[in-house]
Amino acid sequence: MTGYRDGHRGILLEEPLIFEQDSPGCSGVDLPEVEGAEDTLDGLLREGPIGLPDLAEPSVVRHYTRLSQKNFGIDSVFYPLGSCTMKHNPRLNERMARLPGFADIHPFQPETTVQGALALIDECARWLKTLTGMPAIAMSPAAGAHGELCGLMTIRAALDARGEARRRVLVPESAHGTNPASAAACGYMVDSVPANARGRVDLAALKAKLGPDVAAFMLTNPNTCGLFEDEILEIAAAVHAAGAFFYCDGANFNAIVGRVRIADLGADVMHINLHKTFSTPHGGGGPGAGPTVLSHALAPYAPLPLVIHDAGGLRLVEHPLDPALRATGAAPLGRLKGYHGQFGTFVRALAYMMSHGADGLLQASSDAVLAANYLLAELSGDLTPSYPGPCMHEALIDDRFLKDTGATTLDIAKALIDEGFHPMTMYFPLVVHGALLIEPTETESKATLDAFVATLRDIVRRAKSGEGPALREAPHLAPRRRLDETTAARQPQLRWFPPAPAKAAE
Amino acid sequence: MRYLPLTESDRGAMLAAIGASSVDDLFRDVPAEARLARALDLPNHAGEMEVERRLSALAAPNMTAGSVPFFLGAGVYRHHIPAAVDALIQRGEFLTSYTPYQPEVSQGTLQYLFEFQTQVALITGMEVANASMYDGATACAEAAAMACRITRRPEVLLSGSLHPHYRAVTATALQHTGHRIEELAPDPVGIEDLMGRIGGDTACVVVQNPSFFGGLRDLAALAAACRAEGALLVVAVAEPVSLGLLKSPGAMGADIVIAEGQSLGVGLSFGGPGLGLFATREKYVRQMPGRLAGQTVDADGRRGWVLTLSTREQHIRREKATSNICTNSGLCALAFSIHMTLLGEQGFRRLARINHAAAAKLAARLRAIPRVRVLARRFFNEFALLLPTAAAPVVEELAARRILAGVPASRFYPDFPELADVLLVAATETATESDMDALAAGLAEVLK
Ligand SMILES: Cc1ncc(COP(=O)(O)O)c(C=O)c1O
Repeated sequence: MTGYRDGHRGILLEEPLIFEQDSPGCSGVDLPEVEGAEDTLDGLLREGPIGLPDLAEPSVVRHYTRLSQKNFGIDSVFYPLGSCTMKHNPRLNERMARLPGFADIHPFQPETTVQGALALIDECARWLKTLTGMPAIAMSPAAGAHGELCGLMTIRAALDARGEARRRVLVPESAHGTNPASAAACGYMVDSVPANARGRVDLAALKAKLGPDVAAFMLTNPNTCGLFEDEILEIAAAVHAAGAFFYCDGANFNAIVGRVRIADLGADVMHINLHKTFSTPHGGGGPGAGPTVLSHALAPYAPLPLVIHDAGGLRLVEHPLDPALRATGAAPLGRLKGYHGQFGTFVRALAYMMSHGADGLLQASSDAVLAANYLLAELSGDLTPSYPGPCMHEALIDDRFLKDTGATTLDIAKALIDEGFHPMTMYFPLVVHGALLIEPTETESKATLDAFVATLRDIVRRAKSGEGPALREAPHLAPRRRLDETTAARQPQLRWFPPAPAKAAE
Repeated sequence: MRYLPLTESDRGAMLAAIGASSVDDLFRDVPAEARLARALDLPNHAGEMEVERRLSALAAPNMTAGSVPFFLGAGVYRHHIPAAVDALIQRGEFLTSYTPYQPEVSQGTLQYLFEFQTQVALITGMEVANASMYDGATACAEAAAMACRITRRPEVLLSGSLHPHYRAVTATALQHTGHRIEELAPDPVGIEDLMGRIGGDTACVVVQNPSFFGGLRDLAALAAACRAEGALLVVAVAEPVSLGLLKSPGAMGADIVIAEGQSLGVGLSFGGPGLGLFATREKYVRQMPGRLAGQTVDADGRRGWVLTLSTREQHIRREKATSNICTNSGLCALAFSIHMTLLGEQGFRRLARINHAAAAKLAARLRAIPRVRVLARRFFNEFALLLPTAAAPVVEELAARRILAGVPASRFYPDFPELADVLLVAATETATESDMDALAAGLAEVLK
């Protein structure tokens, strides 16, 4: 007996579902009753109860507060999730997005009443174009994957305009899953390109696959092994020589902001995850934004809406028949998102870019790369980096160091939880065995990095000195121990149901 | 630079540990000719006050909805958001966490997603819902693609009642994948013949209720017609508050329900981010796009939640995934869910009745203006007005008088001259009597 009932430990409290706290007669809002207005809606009205629980505000606030305490977040712990760029989320960004002039305006107000909002989109676009060196941008994609779809669709539109029906998209085997999924959503066949022994694209293999039916090559750079593609200029040249387009996945842009412009690497298009590089919060799974920069050749096909300058000020082009399109020869590929894109995210990203400025953004990417290389160097004695450094913003380690320990990558990750660290990305990219991908970002202090190194080394030494099997039990101190994912998938329970009424006593 | 905790001496020590002479040295894999040799044409760093000043200058000129009589809808609705919603979603453990890949330290996110999925299933009258899509329009495209996968048929029939952005996004997203999109003409009064268009190739019919032009209909007959032809019925709901009053799409026979959740908890924010809701029948769950939270137990047998059925998703299935979506709208789903929880059964239903009553009152007032007609006989909180003149200039004129009157249909349909005089007007619980007086008086005067 520990003295705690029901598994409580300090303030980490068990919390039932809201549906299990239904208290009919309570309400979290005070709304007046209105009568009779729905007389005309005969036959259209809902019948019977919906089944939503009723709770008063204090219960609701406590519920969500307790739930929040079961989460790790960047605010509370180091969160080195590779490829995800979990950097500090400045609260100034939040305050700016909540200014009524941004938060309380409707997308279909007359443009004369939202000139400041249109200027904000335009200014955010200008920063992103300048940082990438690209001439045009589609602001509306809602996340990275959506930007991929946008970029591939502009490519397809450009090829269609050239009368070329190219059917294949080449994707490195190390690519993120969204790359092939987006290519398929754009109607392309996906063909994978192997990596070389140095963790980069195998240029010879790429050249062998390039041909007249290849529409595009999609490459993440720095790549998903955390390495700069040092033959990128040759890659771009080969792709272009084959008449294909060069798609850059910008998920890892954080490594090079202010130092390398993707226009100078020969890219035709790149999406930017504002929820990674530009510090807009990830929010437990979004919302993000995936503005997509475009070359001159792809710019005419950017999806609607567009923000343009005309005599009356800033204006939205929302319809394919807008006369402004005819004037410029643009042929938008259609529309990918309702309204005008992830506006609230643009405000946050612009606040971040303005705060850092050109000098700060360069310092940030420098520190991100420095921190990752520092971890790589400090860990290389005990762990097994997949490739020699320097790395870019993230360090890739594979599981050779766990050979004969009885522990796996998963066990190491879960053991970190008990020490107050969020795990790194595991088992991605797929090109090395048992990957651990560690991305510290620039917003961690050296003290935090050192503590992480000491902890990780300690866990690894424990694994190597016979405690490997014990690590399989981790975590012990999290709100839950390891969860049974197999049963969850075999017998999916995807929602709450009211308990079956108890059988009447005999 | 306030967001960077490394000091110069830290940097020096770290470089020494790495064995590099400088940070530039770490970038030696970047081809020399691709390195940026000059400073970018952008300002340098700025303090909080300075950034706040510059951004406030962009916020200030915008006419905020709360400062004027305001009646815009057309898929984005202004509702009162309880103060607790914004306070709770800003808790760092929600705001600054990633997609819950590590369930042991993401039970907060996973539990609210499970609750959110349950709420969405309940209000739509469906069996299962996912953990969100980007917005209503992209959810609509995903629903159409899913219906084609399930039925193995190519054709998607889009009603003229459907939001023009949902139509455009669906047509755009499905243009290269062998689908055929049939779009019916915009239908402000609800007379289109969808049933007559369903055939052996039809994978699904997509209708919106309340319609884009505000009208309501019973979809049961359409659902039966779909079933008879082996097609699916996809119902779009752009105003989820309506579900507190109206028969749910599930009850009318929908196979997939997609909705825009922005109305609850999320706010206007110039239209983005939004929140795509996606619900369907249990038997279709393995064809669903997006993430799903599911219940399970941990090693000690305690109830907990995980992301599940991920063999549908891009990180496992790559080009064979049901969708390319990865990051979705988690925090907006949380805002929606908290708002719903505060409302509860009673509050949600009341809110819906208040909205309908407000719109009914406004319609009665505007109908009294000479030569103005209300087009829909039955509506929820939004209706189409037929003005005696083009609606767009009227809206501009009223905006100049600081009244945001509605959305002219011509903004979406410049190619349909017969819609030039149509104005969409919405009234929610935020519209006061005096707001309505101002609109009625202003409109009467402008039309004089
Ligand atoms: C390399 C890479 N590409 C694409 C994506 C997809 O981005 P998003 O989640 O914003 O759709 C991610 C992130 O998840 C990524 O890491």
